[in-house]
Amino acid sequence: MHETKITKMAKAGSVESNDILVMISPGEGKIDLEIESVVYNQYGDDIRKTILDTLQEEGVTDAKVIVKDKGALDFTIRARVKACVKRGSEQDEL
Amino acid sequence: MDYLNNIDLDSIKIIDKSEYPTKGIKKDKVTNDIDNLFKELNIHDGAVVSFHHHLRNGDSVTNLIMKHIQKLGIKDITLVASSLFPTNKELIPLLKDGTIKNIVTSYISGELGEAISQGELKGYIIMQSHGGRARSILNGEIEIDVAFIASPSSDNKGNISGVNGINSCGTLGYAIADSMMAKKVVAVTDSLVEYPNYPADITEDYVDHILLVDSIGLKSGIVSGTTMITKDPIGLKIAKDTLKVMEASGLLKDGFSFQSGAGGISLAVTSFLREYMIENNLKGSFASGGITGYLTDMLEEGLFDALFDVQCFDLQAIESLKKNPNHLRMSASQYGNPEVSTVVDNLDIVILGATEIDTNFNVNVTTGSHGMLMGGSGGHQDTAAGSKLSIIVSKLFSSRIPLIKDRVDVITTPGSTVDVLVTERGICVNPLRQDLIEKFKEAKLNVVDINELKAYSEKIMGVAKPIEKTERVIGFSEYRDGRIIDYIYEVKR
Repeated sequence: MHETKITKMAKAGSVESNDILVMISPGEGKIDLEIESVVYNQYGDDIRKTILDTLQEEGVTDAKVIVKDKGALDFTIRARVKACVKRGSEQDEL
Repeated sequence: MDYLNNIDLDSIKIIDKSEYPTKGIKKDKVTNDIDNLFKELNIHDGAVVSFHHHLRNGDSVTNLIMKHIQKLGIKDITLVASSLFPTNKELIPLLKDGTIKNIVTSYISGELGEAISQGELKGYIIMQSHGGRARSILNGEIEIDVAFIASPSSDNKGNISGVNGINSCGTLGYAIADSMMAKKVVAVTDSLVEYPNYPADITEDYVDHILLVDSIGLKSGIVSGTTMITKDPIGLKIAKDTLKVMEASGLLKDGFSFQSGAGGISLAVTSFLREYMIENNLKGSFASGGITGYLTDMLEEGLFDALFDVQCFDLQAIESLKKNPNHLRMSASQYGNPEVSTVVDNLDIVILGATEIDTNFNVNVTTGSHGMLMGGSGGHQDTAAGSKLSIIVSKLFSSRIPLIKDRVDVITTPGSTVDVLVTERGICVNPLRQDLIEKFKEAKLNVVDINELKAYSEKIMGVAKPIEKTERVIGFSEYRDGRIIDYIYEVKR
């Protein structure tokens, strides 16, 4: 499986209702995930699993990830995480 | 009349000339000395005091008076407030120090509700409907010792008008029962006007004292965040489908009556209804409830004969109340007291919101998604019971908060009085209303079973973990007739 290295800080999404803001930056050897969600009590475990699964699929093993969730559905969370990983792992164009 | 039937002529005493009355001047009712007034009121531990909420989040009278009661060291008060708002978070310390023991209200939002849900109230909270509140006061179930009536204007005898004064808030429908039944009535005002103050919502014969204060609050706080038509396309679709439901029900004909709340989707329904009425040359009898500018426009366009107004929701409604003779004041009792003839019993269609609805059509508008007090019946129970067609409008998908449950957290309005649920993914009809199901299918509306809609929503959103509650009962959801329809539990911290 490919590995994706997070090289810089990046973000995707928004803090609008039904959306999620995902922020990623280079980690300290592991995945460090911080979740803030308006539906944490109801879906906190689901949200954590969705984010960790998506990071794994994208080959990210070393990153600090902070999310602010405003009730996004699973497919929105996946899309935002993927976009964020892509942005955080791109090489700067010279 | 025993008096007339048992007259004993020998015992009748004629007034002696020496005892003839003088042309006395009655005691001045007006004071700005709150300490002196409270000496006279002699409020004791365990007393029942009441307030109305026409100034909504702009009210400062409830906090002002309750803090004075706290200062005097009076304990175990039962606070009967028609509604409580975020501004009343200032009362949280009064729960903790035992000034306030019980609360009776019809709606509560903000940190005070959260504190109560977390167990800060020593006694109980009773959540009533607007009509149920009037019933319980008028039939003596709740005996108010002192009613403090935030008065936008009063003259020196206590004629209170809601349309005069710098903080005019319009009709005073929720304060009428209090003014009639409380042992003492205090008009609290920042606007003392010339006698006679008219039109009076509450007249001088019901008012014992007038307390002059610097400010009763801020009129701008009347307009709460919910009085704008939704711009959300999903909300607008729900509103359009709701109009189709109304049309298919066969109730939209000349002389029909209508009520909707001030939520974004409800207001959109009102707006689409207006277009429909103009297009089809339809004229309604009345619209009722909390009144907004959307409805006063329709009144002035001749689309309704009259408005029954228990509470003005915006400043345009206040202006209309002032100038339109067919914009009628309505007390909470006339609105929905189940023990008398009421406006809700003449209502054809009502549009209502829901925080949660269950597969038996029971609705919760009392607690929020975290299980904490964040709302209340208001007129929900009353209009659902009285109307020919009660329609709940709500988004199925809204910030991943589940709408349809097996059992709502707290039952506010029983499913036996709820007819239709309209969501963006389909229309559910209460199986008790087979007549509607047939009509809607004939009109090719997207009718779906509520159990199927719930399953669909869980497939997309996942199944939410249930809200964690403790075993401790902190209050009751009371039905409009005074019976208890559900418990309210303390939440787990």
